[in-house]
Amino acid sequence: MIECTINGETVRLDADPDMPLLWALRDLAGLTGTKFGCGIGLCGACTVHVGGNATRSCITPLKDVAGAAITTIEGLDADGEHPLQQTWRALQVPQCGYCQSGQIMQAAALLKDMPNPSDDDIDAVMTGNLCRCMTYPRIRGAIRDAAAAMKEASAHG
Amino acid sequence: MADTLDSRRLPDQGPSTPRLSRRAFLVSMCAAGAVFGFPRAGLAAMNPQAADGQPLEAAGQRFEPTLWYWIDTEGRVNVNVIRAEMGQHVGTAIARILADELGARWEDVHIEHVDSDPKWGTMVTGGSWSVWQSWPVYRQAGAAGRLALAEKAAALWGVKASAVTVADGRVRAGGRDIGFGELVRRGLDRQFSEDELKELPLKPHDQLTLLGRDLKALDIDTKTNGQAIYGIDAHREGMVHAVPILPPTRYDCAITAIDDSAAKDIKGYRQTLKLDDPSGTAPGWAMVIADSHWAARQAAGRIQVSYQTGDATRVNEAEIQAENRRLADDADAGSILDTGDSGDVDAVFKGAADTFQADYTTQTVLHFQLEPVNALVFRNDDGVWEVHTGNQWQSLCLPWLQKALGVDEDQVVMRTYLLGGGFGRRLNGDYAIPAALASKALDGRPVKMILTRADDSHFDSVRPPTLSRLRMAFDADKRVVGMDSAVVSGWPTKVMMPAFMPKGVNGEPYDPFSSDGIDHWYGVGAQRARAISNELAEHTFRPGWLRSVSPGWTNFAVESFMDEAARHIGQDPLRFRLDHFKAEGRNAGQAPNSVGGARRQAAVLERVAALSGYGRDDLPADSAIGIATTYGQSRSMPTWVGGAVHLSVDRDSGRVDVHKIWLVVDCGTVVDPNGARAQVEGSALWGLSMALYEGTEFKNGRVADTNLDRYAPLRMMDTPEIEIELVDSTEVPVGLGEPGTTVVAPAIANALHAAVGVRLRHLPITPAAVREALRRAES
Repeated sequence: MIECTINGETVRLDADPDMPLLWALRDLAGLTGTKFGCGIGLCGACTVHVGGNATRSCITPLKDVAGAAITTIEGLDADGEHPLQQTWRALQVPQCGYCQSGQIMQAAALLKDMPNPSDDDIDAVMTGNLCRCMTYPRIRGAIRDAAAAMKEASAHG
Repeated sequence: MADTLDSRRLPDQGPSTPRLSRRAFLVSMCAAGAVFGFPRAGLAAMNPQAADGQPLEAAGQRFEPTLWYWIDTEGRVNVNVIRAEMGQHVGTAIARILADELGARWEDVHIEHVDSDPKWGTMVTGGSWSVWQSWPVYRQAGAAGRLALAEKAAALWGVKASAVTVADGRVRAGGRDIGFGELVRRGLDRQFSEDELKELPLKPHDQLTLLGRDLKALDIDTKTNGQAIYGIDAHREGMVHAVPILPPTRYDCAITAIDDSAAKDIKGYRQTLKLDDPSGTAPGWAMVIADSHWAARQAAGRIQVSYQTGDATRVNEAEIQAENRRLADDADAGSILDTGDSGDVDAVFKGAADTFQADYTTQTVLHFQLEPVNALVFRNDDGVWEVHTGNQWQSLCLPWLQKALGVDEDQVVMRTYLLGGGFGRRLNGDYAIPAALASKALDGRPVKMILTRADDSHFDSVRPPTLSRLRMAFDADKRVVGMDSAVVSGWPTKVMMPAFMPKGVNGEPYDPFSSDGIDHWYGVGAQRARAISNELAEHTFRPGWLRSVSPGWTNFAVESFMDEAARHIGQDPLRFRLDHFKAEGRNAGQAPNSVGGARRQAAVLERVAALSGYGRDDLPADSAIGIATTYGQSRSMPTWVGGAVHLSVDRDSGRVDVHKIWLVVDCGTVVDPNGARAQVEGSALWGLSMALYEGTEFKNGRVADTNLDRYAPLRMMDTPEIEIELVDSTEVPVGLGEPGTTVVAPAIANALHAAVGVRLRHLPITPAAVREALRRAES
């Protein structure tokens, strides 16, 4: 039995400790916003936050997240109004959308660690997240816009 | 699921907080997931705007002027879309066409991706056809509703219908004003026959107010919060999970033994099925069944399957390319496309003062759509087989499913989910068959199958290895007098939909999706274009349609060749192209789809050359701008594209660095400008990815590179700036999903030659190939 927190709820999962977090989220917790892409941590579609850090859930066994706080795309913001979600919608970033949960979660971790990322920072961090629709130019733009909006908000907050 | 999950409130929430029951918690968690299953087939539709995917329910009675939509008593317009949503915001584009003609308010418009009921006709999402094919149909449908609403209001008010206007969801005459919903509430049942629809007057272009405006796509929101539902998210109570064990090659393999003794102690493992496929789609498959995907995956790793294998296990990429060359050498092979009555090609070449010839090849390319193929299949309470999956060509797949399941047409229905990437992979719905066979073996129990990434790659219907051979004849004055082309590959259409193959002038059928692009709009005198199918390839694997299909490789050939031919006779490549775009004869174009013909292709080329600064001489050493132009997907619905690429080459590493891509696109009327740009951006970068980064090869009958540790598509780091210009036009809207792909590889090859003087004729252009070419040029 592995206990952890998922989007603020404490859950106990009776599952194989080696089961990747991805499948526990999708098949046990019913949180399907986190996606399966490559299974080897190289596409980023499965990115969630573990203890606030962007983590590839497809290569993270459940036993490694015992006691940890996990945030998925469903829990990033209760109303889906994280600044990145807002700029993602404003720029109409998603095409097929399949990688976008992972992109947004990776970008959210990026902005937490680097509130003012340069274009090179954005490229360096986000290049681990594959987008087959090739929405990269818009992802860049949406991250820049969200960083600006968050800066603005904190200046006035 | 209920057995494996427990929950508690956090202690710090206080003793007064009631403990959520396990059941209540499960319900709340599952609300974020997707729980489906339809007692009646007709409900198997999908609304991408809704968190649960459920279509809008009409308030009160519905007014359905045609098959394509209804309006309810609240004035909501629900548009039926037969196309799959795979990133093109297709429902938004199609609903907009209808809403504009109808006079609806955009905020009232909803979309419904329908089930596979035969009443919808052929269901296919590919070829960049969706907007082009929907344009006349949905405009007529909108006009029908507008007329019916106007007539109803006119009768109500005792005025002439011609005095009534319909706009913004309101119907008005004189000072009077009534909403769509109110008119529907008063009873509206006007229906229109096909003949009536064809006669309806359509709005003049300048009265279309929704077209060309930036409106928010209806499928965007759920793609930013995890609520969008893809095939992989489908769920059915009581389902078991399945992971296949694939045979060594696509065909010719039969299972001789299955040993699952090592898997029996895996918790949740149930059994391994040896599938029997009457449809011949997935021969030699074993299916591991378990209580969870993870258990099935683990078990699959421990199960030993023995096979009897066939010849395909001895086929490598080199043999397939050798066969391509052998077939190109054989003057009698293949189908000869209709390129008009242009003269005796052989005689022209025999009498030519000079000729120039080059071969261009492309390597095997994977779709690598990010959502691995999957399907959930079961027999519902009405005895109907429900297939829940993402699919681009339901009409192709359903007969295979019928054959596999041994049932009639009315016994299978498909619910099409959002596609985690299409790119042509899901035109071929082969992956639904084994899931259906597994459910059949388990007496209709819901079976959800997800392929691993490696298996998705192994089972992919790849872009096959291709060869294009081009020859040009010149007279003594260096004028072009003839062109002879041959294009060879495995043909997906021959394997999967032979009825789609037209006949060439020699009576032989050809696959247009394996030859489009070779019959270009240049005036070249006597012209022959041959399309040849490689049966060795077709027997080794199942070739696929991959984004831009043959124009993705034939234009690499044609547009590289135009540069080479120009340089061969000492002319400027831009001038050479423009001189041969003459809008005359078969290149004059035809109404309505190709009005203007070669003139429009010349226009986008000239524009992109100017925009990019092609020909400037102030670029640093080893860098250059290259150009190319194509007509998108086919002569019957050309999207005119001019492309330019600025790149530099690192001579030591052979690395090609693309700095900027320019695209000028004339697609006729632009329905959805934001979506149009998104499609051009994505397709151009797809072209870049295939030009420089993507390629695998067949080894022993299967692809060698199956995951991202070895297969390396474009990532953000290598994504250049893109500048797009859409030509302002009121012509028929054609397609945009693929045309941007087709110009990038040749523009890169041409820029590379201009930058460092070497000509690369094979895709992908790898650093090793560039280094080798530079080494040879220096020695």
